[in-house]
Amino acid sequence: MSLHQLAAALVFGLCTLSAPAFANPVEDRSIRPFKIQVPQTALDDLRGRIAATRWPDRETVGDQSQGIQLAKIRPLVEYWGRAYDWRTAEAKLNSLPQFMTTIDGVDIHFIHVRSKHPDALPLIMTHGWPGSVLELLKTVGPLTDPTAHGGSPEDAFDLVLPSLPGFGFSGKPTEIGWGTERIARAWAELMKRLGYTEYVAQGGDWGSPVSNAMGRLAPAGLLGIHVNLPAVVPPEIAAVLATGGPVPAGLTGKERTAFDALSMAAKMGNRSYATMMGTRPQTIGYAINDSPAGLAAWMLGHPGFSGWTYDDSDPEKSPDEVLDDITLYWLTNTATSSGRIYWEYGGGRSPVFADPEKTNEVSLPVAITVFPGEGYQAPETWARRAYPNMIYFHEVDKGGHFAAWEQPELFSAELRAAFRSLRQRN
Amino acid sequence: MDTTRTSETIDQDRRRLLGTAAVGIAAAGAASLLPSQKAAASTSDGIRPFTVSFPQEELTELRRRIVATRWPERELVSDEASRRIWSTPATVGPTQGVQLATMQKLMQYWGTEYDWSKCETRLKALPNFVTEIDGLDIHFIHVKSKHQGALPVIITHGWPGSVIELLKIIDPFTNPTAHGGTAADAFDVVIPSMPGYGFSGKPTEIGWDSARIARAWIVLMKRLGYDRYVAQGGDWGALITEQMALIAPPELVAIHTNMPGTIPPEIVNALASGGPPPADLGPDEKRAYEQVAFFYKNGLGYANEMALRPQTLYGIVDSPAGLAAWILDHDADSYALIARSFDGEPEGLTRDDILDNITFYWLTHTAISSARLYWEHTQTAKAGFFDAKGITIPVGATANPSEIYTAPKSWTERAFPKLLHYGRTDKGCHFAAWEQPKIFTDEVRATFKTLQT
Repeated sequence: MSLHQLAAALVFGLCTLSAPAFANPVEDRSIRPFKIQVPQTALDDLRGRIAATRWPDRETVGDQSQGIQLAKIRPLVEYWGRAYDWRTAEAKLNSLPQFMTTIDGVDIHFIHVRSKHPDALPLIMTHGWPGSVLELLKTVGPLTDPTAHGGSPEDAFDLVLPSLPGFGFSGKPTEIGWGTERIARAWAELMKRLGYTEYVAQGGDWGSPVSNAMGRLAPAGLLGIHVNLPAVVPPEIAAVLATGGPVPAGLTGKERTAFDALSMAAKMGNRSYATMMGTRPQTIGYAINDSPAGLAAWMLGHPGFSGWTYDDSDPEKSPDEVLDDITLYWLTNTATSSGRIYWEYGGGRSPVFADPEKTNEVSLPVAITVFPGEGYQAPETWARRAYPNMIYFHEVDKGGHFAAWEQPELFSAELRAAFRSLRQRN
Repeated sequence: MDTTRTSETIDQDRRRLLGTAAVGIAAAGAASLLPSQKAAASTSDGIRPFTVSFPQEELTELRRRIVATRWPERELVSDEASRRIWSTPATVGPTQGVQLATMQKLMQYWGTEYDWSKCETRLKALPNFVTEIDGLDIHFIHVKSKHQGALPVIITHGWPGSVIELLKIIDPFTNPTAHGGTAADAFDVVIPSMPGYGFSGKPTEIGWDSARIARAWIVLMKRLGYDRYVAQGGDWGALITEQMALIAPPELVAIHTNMPGTIPPEIVNALASGGPPPADLGPDEKRAYEQVAFFYKNGLGYANEMALRPQTLYGIVDSPAGLAAWILDHDADSYALIARSFDGEPEGLTRDDILDNITFYWLTHTAISSARLYWEHTQTAKAGFFDAKGITIPVGATANPSEIYTAPKSWTERAFPKLLHYGRTDKGCHFAAWEQPKIFTDEVRATFKTLQT
């Protein structure tokens, strides 16, 4: 398929990208260079739709309790339709080496940046929803070129950033079954295909259960994982949260704080988006596939964005930061397909619970960084219970759910520290 | 009355105009403009005639959007949900929501052959009124029977319904002799649009929960001069009707509900635990338990979203396909019924029925304002939708087989100590009046016949 055809397929949304390789016993294992070139007609169409947005009345409350407030979303969407420039994001992506390879019948898009340092540790890092590879781009410099970012050559990583199936420029599965375990197997195959014999894995949001699954799978070469949305909530706490019962006795201060955060999130309905996509991804898909404003609101409704201003007050959280990501979802027509990862996981469950994540089966080394703005702060006591082989646990003082996006330097420093002991095995 | 129509049009134009100005100002401006514009046509009792009319450009624009729909790819499951007729929850395979094939048939029809003007003509032909209650304009249809001594009834629709789901029963209720009944079966019918729905105003402040709507309906019936009446409802209409019964004004002599709240407290607790049905349930109770458990587990995504984050659903205001899918995915059985009608097997609801209702939501711009009722409910609700609520006035209840749950007679008798009638029908989904108007009419007549003078 030529680039032009590829881009057209992406834009017009059908499943051309998902290669019909299931029936093919000999899968094409080639790794093909990939560049993004979105046709101008798609950008014009997007602008036209934004200009025609039909808005609801404003919410009847003065806060976010009914969802994204009109006064917050409308200026963003209007800027999107007027002045925002996708080509900048496209150039940023195209400045990095991008590839496509077919694994288990689905085309997997990935960014692959090798360090100039010879002993760099290969690292596969997985984004989440409503994120994409874009949320990880700011870490490419610090991780692959540490000497330019306050590190030493021994801190270097070779970086692999895949787009999850159904997300971004990866293909869209046309059959069910692409849950975190199958993705983990695909990632192991990807690293193998790239010739890496020893590597580590990292993830936040969906990247965390994918990395947990890799940890359980323990494919040859995987030395350990780092997660920033760890699955540490113990079963007895999960049971209380499920029924809205009283605070369990005997919690430490940090456990109590974590319990309160999880309990409050449940009461505030912070996971309604996950319930919807976990049960009916197709139903919400029609609206967010057809309406740019609908897509923007749906994505920004993720609680990870609740503290984001996306105005000019914070350059790290500027309108362009979120619009690059939202536009990527729009142009790749992945609003519906990306939501299916929740369905695969089942009913909109949160991936922070130790039992369903089977963390006791993760025998490989596990490293955890706790960011203060994450939905809950995993207590070390729970983390030690959940992960039998925890080699690193650190609470930092900045950063939220999108840690790599919000605090790339700090995040990179955490990965260096987290994986240092595993390099020494080399 | 053209003056009303004009002021309505002005309101819409101003809202549109203001919409381009600063958002905060727009919202405040629209809120303050609405009542004063409509007040121009007010009469001494505060009840103003209302003429239904929509600008042609809105319909043109709707069609343009339908044609320009940007589709997702199809769902990944070979979803048999739409093909099934209710048996037991266990037979339902996995679903990912409204199927692409159904949606494409619906949108194809909506954008080409479908003719809204037929529905608009039907609405226009009815006596429509608006009156301000508790600071909000309430739209209602009011049809008096020609028969002396007709029993006044206020009938309330639900979500994703509207007054459109009740149009088929107006004539059987008000003109029973033309529909297999006698003069003694006659009703004077009042069909309001709930706040945030249809032509009623959209609340700009919080607090419009089902209890407040119930109080508004009591005011409405008083304002219409009715000192002895009954109330009826399904879906939200059932909750509002139950709230009226709990308030129990002396002039409300009885209610009928086709989605009765009957679940006893011990069953509520069992359902909350997510466990299997208690061992001592009879067959009807066990089936009801399984139906509710199925709904709670698999069917609440849409209600959850509207209850917690209604405003985030910008997409259903901006996208006709998004709105249609959102409305279709209400409960498994009515979705199955609707999907079949787009497959050429209409039973109860036609394609036009379904699109009349969806178009009505679109044209009245009420996708999110209607959803807020779920949000309001979560702020104040003391009991679940289907729970027994302690009603002591006389009640008639109809249990339809394909309702979200089929209320067992045993629970119904416990929930309503003064049970006038319990009807177990042999067909019917959630939208009883819309889908099975004859059965529905018979049920309501059977309930209230002893009260008719």
